[in-house]
Amino acid sequence: MLQFLMQLINGLNSGSIYALIALGYTMVYGIAKLINFAHGDIIMVGAYVCFLCLTTWKLPLAAAIAISIVACTLLGIVIEKVAYKPLRNASRISLLITAIGISYLLQSSFQLIFTANPKPFPTIISLPALTIGGISIAATYYITFLVSVILMVALHLFVQKTKTGKAMRAVSEDAGAAQLMGININKTISITFGIGSALAAVAGILYCASYPMVTPYIGSLPGIKAFIAAVLGGIGSIPGAVLGAFILGLVEALTKAYLSSRMSDAIVFIVLIVMLVFKPSGILGKNVKEKV
Amino acid sequence: MKKRYQALSFWKKTAVNLTAVLVVYAAIMGLSAVGIVNKYYMGILLSTCINIILVVSLNVTTGFLGQLTLGHAGFMAVGAYSAAFLSKNLSGLPDALVFILALMVGGIVAMIFGVIVGVPTLRLKGDYLAIITLAFGEVIKNVLLNLDIVGGASGYIGIPRYSNFSWAYWLAVLTVGATMALINSRQGRAIISVREDEIAAEASGIDTKRFKILAFVFAAFFAGVAGGLYGHYMGILEPKTFKFDKSIEILVMVVLGGMGSIRGSVIAAIILTVLPELLRSVASLRTLMYAIALIAMMLFKYDPNLVKMTAKVKNKFRKAGKSA
Repeated sequence: MLQFLMQLINGLNSGSIYALIALGYTMVYGIAKLINFAHGDIIMVGAYVCFLCLTTWKLPLAAAIAISIVACTLLGIVIEKVAYKPLRNASRISLLITAIGISYLLQSSFQLIFTANPKPFPTIISLPALTIGGISIAATYYITFLVSVILMVALHLFVQKTKTGKAMRAVSEDAGAAQLMGININKTISITFGIGSALAAVAGILYCASYPMVTPYIGSLPGIKAFIAAVLGGIGSIPGAVLGAFILGLVEALTKAYLSSRMSDAIVFIVLIVMLVFKPSGILGKNVKEKV
Repeated sequence: MKKRYQALSFWKKTAVNLTAVLVVYAAIMGLSAVGIVNKYYMGILLSTCINIILVVSLNVTTGFLGQLTLGHAGFMAVGAYSAAFLSKNLSGLPDALVFILALMVGGIVAMIFGVIVGVPTLRLKGDYLAIITLAFGEVIKNVLLNLDIVGGASGYIGIPRYSNFSWAYWLAVLTVGATMALINSRQGRAIISVREDEIAAEASGIDTKRFKILAFVFAAFFAGVAGGLYGHYMGILEPKTFKFDKSIEILVMVVLGGMGSIRGSVIAAIILTVLPELLRSVASLRTLMYAIALIAMMLFKYDPNLVKMTAKVKNKFRKAGKSA
């Protein structure tokens, strides 16, 4: 029982990191109809920027986090402007190839700058562990969970209550009609990329708080898993992404504990395949009928 | 030159192509016999041929069928492992026969996996299809990592080294020939029609599902053969060779050569295999260059402003060429 609870906590921890990343995927997909393969690598950039601020420039933690969020937001917007915007009317396949290209560009340029050697990430969360009913929960775990939940609620309120959020929903519903209603589509898409990348930066820092190593490739696996989470919950749906991420985190933690730790990645991918085959629209996704 | 070639009849074209193929083969074998092309270069040429097979076959699904697949390395892995498994456990037959059987089995097992991947993906298209092929590729890699009968993570060792340049060369020729035959056939035109407009193709009575599967199975078969060649060349197989990056590497070659162009695929496979080998000193820049090439290709092809600009530059050159 105790072990089961520990695994649940593990699952919630990775689930909340996946959720932050999956939100970026799902928002960008909802608005730009693009699987932003480079999203996972934004996590890596966020982690490296935070790492640089803390070790090389010896900045305080709050400043480091702020700089890394700003850097990732700008990076996300620049990527959209330079690489995706010119291709808005091109075929989906070429957009996807460009996104893969961006992902490789980020990975290989960071590998050139920082080499492929893993760098130890400094400890950033040094609060005492929390003990509830005999289970001690490490500080990184509850901080990660709390930060993610706060950010998710904030995002939800932003999308539902503000004017910009309304514009985002309108663009994802029908970009053409939204434009006719006077919504600036380019600006809305930029904001979406910015918010998604900011969340990815936070995810990157939290990820490195749990697994204190930075390499140019740390982003790719959580990126792909978060993408699976987004598909699982129904891509384009914000609550879906969160739900999918927590389900995925739990599935992963439980397979690692009870089935096979070596096969957990394969099982996660099998979950994706099964989901895509039987319900490609996801748990909370809308079924869109194809029109001729 | 090009016009005169295109005016030739089918048989004459085939004769010209075959002669060219033979001349290239004779030249390479001659140079190797004299010692100008040493063993190291022959190795590069062999990998080039393997890559030609992979790229041309991926072009069938990505270029001609128009469905982005990100798991080609998975098919290659299946072929490589099953071929190696056969040739390691089959004794008493002449080497050449074992090798042919192994390659066939590699291709056929990969083909079966092509069906397994192809059938459930029929309902999906575009992004989802790309993702599901990526997932299949990763599952295959992860299963191989944990399959102790083929060595697991430490690699499958002791595979007889049957591959040599001649095998790879003729199999590459066979792949290109088969792909050209497929594309120029009724089936091939049906495959292209799915890419152009799936709904219109269906309305014209084309069984789009059947042709999607056909393209998948065709591509998987040759990827499996390429895997078999690779395994019997290296003598050892490691699951990490067949990760996502390998699929992307093949995709880069398809995109650079031109989606839907067999000749382009062959040229891109040659350049992108030989160039990194010759530029070993800047090997770390390789993925960076791949990435930039991918993005630049897409932008120059589809960005309206860049398209206009390149057209202008081209026009200028044309005018300059005419007035000179």
